[in-house]
Amino acid sequence: MRSVSIIGVGLSKFGEQWDKSFRELVAEAGVKAIQDSGLEGREIQAVFGGTMASGKFIGQEHIGALIADQLGLNPLPSTRMEAACASGGVALRNAFTAVASGMYDVVAVGGVEKMTEVSTEAAADALGGAGDQETELFHGATFPALYALLARAHMEKFGTTEEMLASAAVKNHANAVHNPYAQFQRAITIEDVLNSAPVSSPLKLLDCSPITDGAAALLLCETSKAKKIAKQPVEIIASAQASDSLALTGRKSLTELNATKIAARQAFEMAKAKPEQVDFAEVHDCFTIAEILAIEDIGFFKKGEGGKATLAGETAIGGSRPINTSGGLKGKGHPVGATGIAQAIEAYWQLNEKAGKRQVKGAKLGLSHNVGGSGATAVVHVYRRV
Amino acid sequence: MVDGSLPLIWRNFSERYNLMGSKCKSCGKSFFPTRLICPNCRTKGKLVAEQMPFTGKIVSWTKVFVGPQGFDMETPYFLALIELDNGAMILSQLVDNDDGKVRTGARVEKVFRKLQDNDAEGAIAYGYKFRVTG
Ligand SMILES: [Zn+2]
Repeated sequence: MRSVSIIGVGLSKFGEQWDKSFRELVAEAGVKAIQDSGLEGREIQAVFGGTMASGKFIGQEHIGALIADQLGLNPLPSTRMEAACASGGVALRNAFTAVASGMYDVVAVGGVEKMTEVSTEAAADALGGAGDQETELFHGATFPALYALLARAHMEKFGTTEEMLASAAVKNHANAVHNPYAQFQRAITIEDVLNSAPVSSPLKLLDCSPITDGAAALLLCETSKAKKIAKQPVEIIASAQASDSLALTGRKSLTELNATKIAARQAFEMAKAKPEQVDFAEVHDCFTIAEILAIEDIGFFKKGEGGKATLAGETAIGGSRPINTSGGLKGKGHPVGATGIAQAIEAYWQLNEKAGKRQVKGAKLGLSHNVGGSGATAVVHVYRRV
Repeated sequence: MVDGSLPLIWRNFSERYNLMGSKCKSCGKSFFPTRLICPNCRTKGKLVAEQMPFTGKIVSWTKVFVGPQGFDMETPYFLALIELDNGAMILSQLVDNDDGKVRTGARVEKVFRKLQDNDAEGAIAYGYKFRVTG
């Protein structure tokens, strides 16, 4: 297997972008990534794109061909990947595999979602399809409801409190203040979270990531070639993915996401690294409880200790293990198909010392973790400076 | 939602009305809804139809304040993950709206109710909900 590196990245602003269409977002992120790499479009050999529910959000399918067309990359093979909120991570993994296998030297990979064209209820319905339609959504289980069931189980087993959950959102908003691409550039307090409107108890509005428009793209290149092209390529040293039951009723435990545990373990084996060596991580905080589960299941903190560690500031920039320096899904925004790619872009910036005021000093090893649904898909990537 | 599908209603009839599921004769585990392959034993498992018990206990619960389309009339409502008395897990709405009664560990039993106000399946959908008994 060949070594694979990121050589250029591009991100649109995340947020409610009523003046920009799906294809404008694709073009913005894609063109930025190609320009950032210093390559010409004709040097790209294949395209991979992640999007979750473009059919429900904008009535458009066949996104693979649309992306290639919008970026002037015809007649390259262009393939859409879908794994709910992990669509971007799965697209990244398949693009990585295509270069690692030797099939291609340079590929483009992106993610996009345009979520604000429909009502909040319709968006909730589209997202609910990431769970089990017949036994969950049909019975009134929204996405926040599924994570609320996980949150209550964690609270009752380990004594995790609503304040501990809230502290994850507070920390991610504090980081997002320093990210010009973030949807929310304002700090919030624990009281703000606790006093926000109930969504699905114990989760409140500010425990939930927002509805977001956005696109993210990057170029992958075989590493020896990347060293000749790019000033500071970032190597992807591990890529792992695991699956679990779509419905919560099929899970072995309600206080962990087994797909995350397995993908993380495989990623650390592949990277020949341990969780203690990771300098920063972007983890999937679609809800505050999701971040607590992630930092435990990846192995940064012992099971049951994630909430306490977060409240104690250990995951803040400057803490022992900075988590979601970009602002995470909560602060930066969560255009579901783009999220997995945006996480990789934050890793690229951190490892190139380009993260501005949210820079983790001396960062050498980074990790990203992208979840689909309530944990039915998990994707983990590990990155290092070349 | 899948619009106006009468075959879908007909297919789900035994599950939604009678809680029919599967039991694996190889590993002894029960599953709801019906499965064709045992997740533990894979193709070596021997799955047979099993009537689920109508009683169980709450494993986790939430009070939903913002529901999906078709549930606006009912909010807020309780949802619970329930372990049925044969060990199978099921997610269901609770008919009780009494904050004090819904708690982890509470005993519940199945009742028959209208599930949705909208016509997502081309007809009013009926099926299982649960109520707290103690
Ligand atoms: Zn079995």
